[in-house]
Amino acid sequence: MKKTIITLVALAITSSQLLAQDKYFTKTGTIFFECTKSPLEKIEATNGNTTCVVDTKTGNMQFAVQMKGFEFKRALMQEHFNENYVESHKFPKAEFKGQVSNNGDINYAKDGEYTAKVKGKLTMHGETRDVETSGKVSVKGGKVNLLATFQILLSDFKVSIPSVVSDKISNTVNIKVDCALEPLK
Amino acid sequence: MPSIRLQLFGILFTLTSLSSYAQDEDLLSLVGDDKPKKEHVDYAFKSSRVIMSQSMELIRPGVMDFRILHRFGSIDKGAYEMFGLDNATMRMGLDFGITKNFMLGVGRSTNKKEFDGFLKYRLVHQSKNGGLPFSVVVVAGGTLNSLKWADTTRKNFFTSRMAYYGQIIIGSKLSESITLQVMPTVLHRNLVPDFADPSDLIAVGVGGRIRLSNRVSLTADYLYRVNPNKADGTRDPLSIGFDIETGGHVFQLHFSNALGMNERSFLTETTGQWGKGEIQFGFNIMRAFQINKKEKKNK
Repeated sequence: MKKTIITLVALAITSSQLLAQDKYFTKTGTIFFECTKSPLEKIEATNGNTTCVVDTKTGNMQFAVQMKGFEFKRALMQEHFNENYVESHKFPKAEFKGQVSNNGDINYAKDGEYTAKVKGKLTMHGETRDVETSGKVSVKGGKVNLLATFQILLSDFKVSIPSVVSDKISNTVNIKVDCALEPLK
Repeated sequence: MPSIRLQLFGILFTLTSLSSYAQDEDLLSLVGDDKPKKEHVDYAFKSSRVIMSQSMELIRPGVMDFRILHRFGSIDKGAYEMFGLDNATMRMGLDFGITKNFMLGVGRSTNKKEFDGFLKYRLVHQSKNGGLPFSVVVVAGGTLNSLKWADTTRKNFFTSRMAYYGQIIIGSKLSESITLQVMPTVLHRNLVPDFADPSDLIAVGVGGRIRLSNRVSLTADYLYRVNPNKADGTRDPLSIGFDIETGGHVFQLHFSNALGMNERSFLTETTGQWGKGEIQFGFNIMRAFQINKKEKKNK
């Protein structure tokens, strides 16, 4: 009788612990973007407070970032980014929800570098679009590092560029994501 | 027998704990990313000035703001004076953002060849999801008239050229489109033109903006003077205008009964009356330069 209870409790704990180790996360991932058209004026920004959670069992992954947290070198550019372009007061967050389509090829328990094909939906400025890219997953000492680059079009997300600055801002945005994940307990 | 029942219960229990990790859950909620965080409210005004007076906004650290202010002649002068455009006075100035909450500026107006300077510090920064819903900013400034002495036969003191002012701005960005502020102000003049003029002039200002689109706002500011010299024919200054943003510039186009472009001047030398059309067109142009292009290191 006692044994059974102990077994039960142990089983329940083990099962939840096992599951918990399936998930990795960070709150300080980095997203960098760049949409420079003229070499005279670099338009680029970094956000070092990206949240990312990956479920290694299912290959599901989610990213979220506060638009206001993007830091530009020029304060005025940052103001225009928030106030005029992405309207961060109306759309404070950008989110990505996707899945690693070749999740079976990646052994998160074994050190090494793997190529991950990721497919999902990116929501920004109130618009949702399908995004697809392949990135790098590196596993080292129980930590998982994600690195990926992809491109989006501003016009897809209804971010309008006034003609006055159309020679400065490129419609194509290059995005780089870099997240060092730790086990989620 | 009870042990079998318990085992069954155990299997069920384990299954339940498994299924709680089912597909399509919101992974982000596991790390508490869904909670709103406290954050400062910024961009209450496009500029560090409403039109005439200081706004609750500061320029950012490392930014130098080059400001060119123009005031034309009174529009009631008619077509002969091109509705005032034949006459213009101006002020050129430089503002510097030192820290997030501190800036300063200097300028010179053609009117009275007057220099002015100010320090501006934010005591309270409006924030949402916790914190205070308004900002409190204090401004201290001075002006220096550099005209040649009108009367060289009497003893003139250098301090007579100077005036000082202090201001407290309490403002709130009530919504994305509406900002309002009040600004109690004291102006001290070392030398006043008339016995009836108060050395310490007290005024209470209000200013605000309505954002019409991403790049255009309607703005207004007005200062009510509590103890003016009633006999000298001066009025309370009122300005109404538009802020228009084009890339690196902000244009403030406005109509005002005040010609002055510093606190001493628009509080004590405004003579035009709105009701009589004694107002003039004016504009402020602001050009921001980033002077420290620091690389921000991210962890």
